[in-house]
Amino acid sequence: MANLDTALPPLTERSTILRWLRKNLFGSWLDSLLTIVGLLIVYWALKGFLTWAFTAAEWRVVSANLRLLMIGQYPIEQVGRLWLWLAFLVFLTGTSFGIWARQSRFAVGVLMLPAVLALVFPFEGAARTWLLALTVIGVAGWLGGRTKPEVLKRSVIAGWVIALPIIILLTHGFSESTTGFWAVAKTNLWGGLLLTFLLTVVAILFSFPLGVLLALGRRSELPAVRWFSVLYIELVRGVPLITILFMAQLMLPLFLPEGMTIDRVLRAMVGITLFSAAYLAENVRGGLQAIPKGQYEAAQALGLSGAQTMIFIILPQALRLIIPILVGQFIAVFKDTALVAIVGLLDLVGIAKTVLAQPEFLGLQREVYVFISLIYWVLSYGMSYLSQRLEERLGVGKR
Amino acid sequence: MTHEAETIITVQDVHKWYGDFHALRGINMEVKRREVIVIFGPSGSGKSTFIRTINRLEEHQRGKIIVDGIELSHDVRNIEKIRMETGMVFQQFNLFPHLTVLQNITLAPIQVRKWTKQKAEEIAMQLLERVGIPEQAHKYPGQLSGGQQQRVAIARSLAMQPKIMLFDEPTSALDPEMIKEVLDVMIELAKSGMTMLVVTHEMGFARAVADRMFFFDQGQIVESGTPDEIFKDPKEERTKLFLSQILSH
Ligand SMILES: Nc1ncnc2c1ncn2[C@@H]1O[C@H](COP(=O)(O)OP(=O)(O)OP(=O)(O)O)[C@@H](O)[C@H]1O
Ligand SMILES: [Mg+2]
Repeated sequence: MANLDTALPPLTERSTILRWLRKNLFGSWLDSLLTIVGLLIVYWALKGFLTWAFTAAEWRVVSANLRLLMIGQYPIEQVGRLWLWLAFLVFLTGTSFGIWARQSRFAVGVLMLPAVLALVFPFEGAARTWLLALTVIGVAGWLGGRTKPEVLKRSVIAGWVIALPIIILLTHGFSESTTGFWAVAKTNLWGGLLLTFLLTVVAILFSFPLGVLLALGRRSELPAVRWFSVLYIELVRGVPLITILFMAQLMLPLFLPEGMTIDRVLRAMVGITLFSAAYLAENVRGGLQAIPKGQYEAAQALGLSGAQTMIFIILPQALRLIIPILVGQFIAVFKDTALVAIVGLLDLVGIAKTVLAQPEFLGLQREVYVFISLIYWVLSYGMSYLSQRLEERLGVGKR
Repeated sequence: MTHEAETIITVQDVHKWYGDFHALRGINMEVKRREVIVIFGPSGSGKSTFIRTINRLEEHQRGKIIVDGIELSHDVRNIEKIRMETGMVFQQFNLFPHLTVLQNITLAPIQVRKWTKQKAEEIAMQLLERVGIPEQAHKYPGQLSGGQQQRVAIARSLAMQPKIMLFDEPTSALDPEMIKEVLDVMIELAKSGMTMLVVTHEMGFARAVADRMFFFDQGQIVESGTPDEIFKDPKEERTKLFLSQILSH
């Protein structure tokens, strides 16, 4: 037995919860005092909230409207298409985790999430089955990725590249003439978390390359390009997002020929993308400035062209440096999409307002807003956590 | 004709200003194929500026520079050609920190010379062998010592199969115990027949392999000659003074 004991790690590493508590919270008299005072304050602050949440709150407003909050008025007949792309995404995520984050406990947690949701929230029968299936699909992908990483790598990357078009096509439908399951679902029916998600993803994916181009443009040697970039960036950063959204919704039609309309959801997407690109451009510029002159000189001396220098040497380093800032920006975009509710789109916030306008749910603002805040928080925190892991993997800050 | 074929770099009356500051004041130099040139002189005398005009990291404003028959001008294609023919090694190594040693070496051959990855990697491994660190191929620059990094930088330049190698104080940023390993590589390179322009104060290196030495001061060439002439019988007071200063320690 004595032998066994020596083989174990030192005591400090085996610390149990109690030891952790003692070390971190009750290390000295002062620590203990602070801990107790802190706990009292937390108790005092949360007591009201918890009592309300577990006794007074009428969560039926959430359960009765869960479907609206998730997908708005998206037609029931076509909902299967949303599940299809969700399954595709979950499969890609699972496989990617299996390939690139083999040891991650976080990955397993994420894959379990749909099943947990199915058990915790009162989804309808079909939705519950789908959620459970998602976890199975995710885990299957994860196992596949773990066992055959080299084989699957390319397909998974290709899968991510075509993910957005697939999502949009499945959500919208392919052709006006089809009916039944494949009938077009008009964008004015998109709502709830679905709309928030699509607005966010589109805005992030398009504003990123645009932001990089603007940042490069701002440093360009061609005066026309430089001035355009500076003008664009400073103009956009000088106005609030909400005014851009209003302009996109109300002013744009004035510039278009009679009878021509642009989809309102598309207009919001464009507005948010253009807005976010200006901020990203400044962040990227910050990253570019941090790259020493010697890197450019070494690349030039080797005969690399300006574009090659940017693509292979400068941008990879600059973007890696600003991952935390980029993710912060992406989270901001996600939350900023809530502003589309003001111009009349039914995203998560917009749909919440319509739910609350129903006579039977009058006065239940607290329940609804607590619920959607929770959704925003979980997703924002997920992104933030993922970026921290990514940073560790890429060794940012260790150099 | 033979003379034409032998000369690989011609520098005629080159001037360079930084704003009002006259950094190069009429430099003339002819370098023959396979020659090893050492450039030395006090800080701020324009050594780096001069060597960097040869591959256009700095632009000269007057005079003529012809490298391997191509005149440096604003023509971007000429600049690209000359950069493909000249390698450069910097004081601060300037390796690409996000790429492995092997990727550092193969990037330019693959992207600029359009070699296949396989060919580039084969040649890269031969070069790593030559500079004595084949076992470091898959590490990142940050994991290597200064001397190893500088040897990777030399291998990276050689991978483009340049006709001329430029060195700007390649050992000045190194700890003393690592200087020798880098100088050994450079001496081997010199003996293999590479045309080299080396800014350095390593007089042992100059004695061992330099064909000619140029003493720079205040943007001008004060004196030039073979190592024997420079060390045994310097003509100019300034050269004497400078040599006595750097050789005294
Ligand atoms: N980008 C620049 N802008 C303005 N002045 C410069 C610039 N680069 C160099 N100089 C000036 O030109 C002169 C020559 O500089 P250079 O770097 O060529 O000297 P050096 O001989 O290489 O010196 P060292 O031994 O310190 O490296 C110096 O006085 C320096 O201050
Ligand atoms: Mg210098």
